[in-house]
Amino acid sequence: MTDPLLTVDNLEVTFPGRTGVTRAVRNASFTLGRERLGVVGESGSGKTTMGRALLGLLPHSATVTAKTLSYAGRDLLACSERDWQQLRGRRMSMVMQDPKYSLNPVRTVGQQIGETCRLHLGSDRRDARRRTLAMLEAVQIRDPELVHDLHPHQLSGGMGQRVMIAMMLIAEPDLLIADEPTSALDVTVQNEVLRILDDLVRKRGMGLIMISHNLTMVSSFCDRVLIMYGGRIVEECAARDLGNARHPYTRALVAATPSLDVRRAELATVVRDPEWLA
Amino acid sequence: MSTTAGDAGTASDRRPGRLIGTILRRTLGFVLTLAVTFIGLTAVTFFISRLTNIDPVLAVVGDKATQAAYDQAFLALGLDQPLPMQYLIYLKRLVTGDFGMSVLTSRPVLTDLMRVFPATFELATIATIIGVLVGVPAGVLAAARKGRWPDHVIRVVGLFGYSVPVFWLGLVGLFVFYGKLGWVSGTGRLDVFFNGIVTTRTGVILIDSAIEGNWEIFGNAISHLILPASILGYFSLAYIARMTRSFMIDQLSQEYVTAARIKGNSYWGAVWRHAFPNIMVPLITVIGLSYASLLEGAVLTETVFAWPGLGLYITRALFNSDMNAVLGGTVLVGAVFITVNLVSDLLYKLFDPRLRST
Repeated sequence: MTDPLLTVDNLEVTFPGRTGVTRAVRNASFTLGRERLGVVGESGSGKTTMGRALLGLLPHSATVTAKTLSYAGRDLLACSERDWQQLRGRRMSMVMQDPKYSLNPVRTVGQQIGETCRLHLGSDRRDARRRTLAMLEAVQIRDPELVHDLHPHQLSGGMGQRVMIAMMLIAEPDLLIADEPTSALDVTVQNEVLRILDDLVRKRGMGLIMISHNLTMVSSFCDRVLIMYGGRIVEECAARDLGNARHPYTRALVAATPSLDVRRAELATVVRDPEWLA
Repeated sequence: MSTTAGDAGTASDRRPGRLIGTILRRTLGFVLTLAVTFIGLTAVTFFISRLTNIDPVLAVVGDKATQAAYDQAFLALGLDQPLPMQYLIYLKRLVTGDFGMSVLTSRPVLTDLMRVFPATFELATIATIIGVLVGVPAGVLAAARKGRWPDHVIRVVGLFGYSVPVFWLGLVGLFVFYGKLGWVSGTGRLDVFFNGIVTTRTGVILIDSAIEGNWEIFGNAISHLILPASILGYFSLAYIARMTRSFMIDQLSQEYVTAARIKGNSYWGAVWRHAFPNIMVPLITVIGLSYASLLEGAVLTETVFAWPGLGLYITRALFNSDMNAVLGGTVLVGAVFITVNLVSDLLYKLFDPRLRST
């Protein structure tokens, strides 16, 4: 691995609350090259918060500190709002969970994808249209001309998520954070969307952070996996080594995964140890 | 409605024959809605007016008339007919533009309405423009800065607009800006010596004087209009800002606003280009209702500013049992509401693609 795309050292995200400070992300450290990194954890383990912190998009109440938080050698903690606007969409981007909520209902597909071109590539109307049609083709939409002028409510979930991917990748960022990109979709189209995403990420040699609670999916699509629990990264290992994980939480998660090969009357439950949070 | 791209915006929709059919069907529906609403409105107002304990004959002939004169007027008014028949006669007259004579002004009610409505229209329109131009941005700003000082300032100013009585604000406004500072003109629509110079075409002095190119009168009309319009506008502003704020707060928490920022939009870019277009439908409803209620005539404001508008006209007619004038005014107000609602309906479809094509 050469020069890392993203360096995170001792990232902390805290929210003030009535009963004191909530530490949503604690002491998270990892680096990311042009590879596919999975982040797995249960609801509330801080994976989405961490993803949003990397894009500088947490609510004002949140406090983000880190020893190092840099993107391609650039200190993200020192970024002004204007710097962020140039980074987001152009250098790093994010595919969100549910296209039903993450696409603007009153604007057409073409307007929404084209806007990214206009913001970052200085496209005029015609150039934006050309690029958008090409991008729609790249995410394997059969009739780009037609879809270009549709509104989000006229799209199916799988189509919507492909439009979302097109919108976030059209300015060719180097880093994509995919925050549970398939959990709102039908099982039948999940694989299709993942394949398209994977294909584009590989072809362009991008870094990918895949946030999910689906251990099987992450281990088959990613090179490396981070396991988060209670706001901290409890384990980091290669995807294929998940079976030999050391941390008891990871082992419990792997043990709880249903399998087609082994018939089991009852799946294992994760028995939590307060020690893990200490 | 289509749900997937495969059959979305089907080609048959775009065939010209279909399109003309659709337009025809919609126009017909529009006219039908209008007619039904209108019949309902006139029926209710007519029967209520006949059920009230006012003798329409006495209003015409006065209480010192002889029995013969009374009977003659009774027949002339068609009061010997059964009530449904009277309603039909009334409807027939309405269709031909005959609203009857006003007892109070001894002029046809239609002539009166055509004189007073433009005055109200002028005032209400300027007031609504002020309310929208100030209220909408204020509401958006308050929502975007929720819980911080711009929000608090806008809320306090809005609350003040809500709670202070308009006649008090009008009198204080006249005292300060007309009496003390002399920045604006006083009551009425024009200075006395400008009256009757401009030919009445629309009855809206701003438009009439602009047509003739008489900018002196135009300026004078504005200086008369600005204070009452600002005060009325302040009230609609307070309401519009408050509603805009709550609609925007709702939208700003949506995921697509975050998505817009991830694309590289600035915060305000996401607010105006993405969240704002999504509040257009409820916002149009609020603005439409506020505009319609101003078009009804603002009696208090019109009284304080001696503004010869619809509110004042209907109120006077009511006090004098001038039933033709009351009925005519009510029908006009109803027509205004129907029109505003229909225009809102059309605008909804313009702004929200989900409401188009069924």
